[in-house]
Amino acid sequence: MNGAVMTAPFTQFLASVPLPFWEGGQGDRFTTVLRRLQDSPHFLEIVYRAVYRMLYPFRRWLNPGSRAERIFILLERLSKIPLFDCRMCGQCILHDTGMTCPMTCPKNLRNGPCGGVRSNGHCEIIPDMPCVWVQAWERSKRMPEYGKEILHIQAPLNNSLKDTSAWINDFHLLQKMTPVGWDE
Amino acid sequence: MRTGSRLERVLRSGRFAVTAELNPPDSADPQSVYERALVLAEVCDAINATDASGANVHMSSVGVCSLLTRAGYEPVMQVSCRDRNRIAIQGDLLGAAAMGVRNLLCLTGDGVQAGDQPEAKPVFDLDSISLLRTARMLRDQGHFLSGRKLDSTPKFFLGAAANPFIPPYDFRPLRLAKKIEAGAEFFQTQYCFDFLRFCQFMNTVRSMGLHKRAYILVGVGPLRSAKAAEWMRSRVPGVVIPDEIIRRLSGVPSDQQRLEGKRICIEMIERVREVEGVSGVHVMAYRQEELVAEIIEESGLLPRRWISELGQTNPCEEYNI
Repeated sequence: MNGAVMTAPFTQFLASVPLPFWEGGQGDRFTTVLRRLQDSPHFLEIVYRAVYRMLYPFRRWLNPGSRAERIFILLERLSKIPLFDCRMCGQCILHDTGMTCPMTCPKNLRNGPCGGVRSNGHCEIIPDMPCVWVQAWERSKRMPEYGKEILHIQAPLNNSLKDTSAWINDFHLLQKMTPVGWDE
Repeated sequence: MRTGSRLERVLRSGRFAVTAELNPPDSADPQSVYERALVLAEVCDAINATDASGANVHMSSVGVCSLLTRAGYEPVMQVSCRDRNRIAIQGDLLGAAAMGVRNLLCLTGDGVQAGDQPEAKPVFDLDSISLLRTARMLRDQGHFLSGRKLDSTPKFFLGAAANPFIPPYDFRPLRLAKKIEAGAEFFQTQYCFDFLRFCQFMNTVRSMGLHKRAYILVGVGPLRSAKAAEWMRSRVPGVVIPDEIIRRLSGVPSDQQRLEGKRICIEMIERVREVEGVSGVHVMAYRQEELVAEIIEESGLLPRRWISELGQTNPCEEYNI
């Protein structure tokens, strides 16, 4: 018997195990249920607002590079990756984009759909994937509070903030996220 | 704002503008650019130099535009965000401005998968809207994205693309508004074959008053054959060709399909001219550049050079009528 045959049952077993939800595994039932929450953007925007208001008084202690940030990064990984397929860009604009992560767009567009969307509303690059921005627009229309934010011009991504906590950056590093004079 | 752009002058004077697309050669010989420009220059107000359109590599748009400005042509430089990051793009904008380029078309760009080298790394550091805002920042605020000051600012007439023919349809006019907000002063649309959809789009645009804030040039072009049309709508991202156009093309014998394609294009120009808020047409004749002159002539859009260098409308002087 050669090695490949001997390890075959083991590799088969490995392939049958779904990726854990924190890895963004699609096969996991828990993740599938969570992803469906994106279709209730009005609920998610209430959650967003509530979390923001809850954290706001504590912003003095939530500093970039602190121990609190490490906890926040872990919490964000555990919540946003299964919920939104988050890519941890550190500059979350989910509430501006219909609670749909713009970083999941193959072109990483943060300002709206490109000119290549297929007539069936699918992605130009991945034909099986619905266009992220078609979904973002549909969901934005159902968000009474932040829905209009989709019209806001987003600054280019600050790539040095990747894998940091978006919540903490939101409280402290807003000026780092927009180039000088961006909004005039 | 005076940018010194001839295209801007034509549009501001209220005349119906014509731009055409030049497909950059796969060559290192300047003559190949001039040959292609020669057939276009006499019949249009500005020549678009594409930036690796469809993610297929050709001579760079900066190079083509530099050659064109040297010979006195008026290029529109297309800049796509697919291949360069913000450092390279800002540098190219300054270089192009120094070479005399005055018109810019800011695009996101097709995915690399559409082209001849799908294994390339897609960049997309900026997108069309942040690119527009960046170009406007260089021009009006006189500094780079980093805040570092420029010694002298580039003068650009800023353009962007619009595609009313694909979903999300109700967001497309809002995207136009967003691009105007970011700095766009003129638009060139994707191929218009679906006239009804275009009219719906323009209705919303007019009701929002956007046609008064930017000039809209409608993209048109001849289809070579029914087969070419099928190929285009399945392979070229963002091109929508309704079935009735394909039926009309396949309804004639194959040796007359080219003529029929041209006829469809001329009819479309005549129809979009009547639409309120349309300021011009943008003719894209992929690998059929020789047809552009015929199309523009037969649409009754000649002669083009009515405006002398001083910006005064005087057709008699130039044509000795």
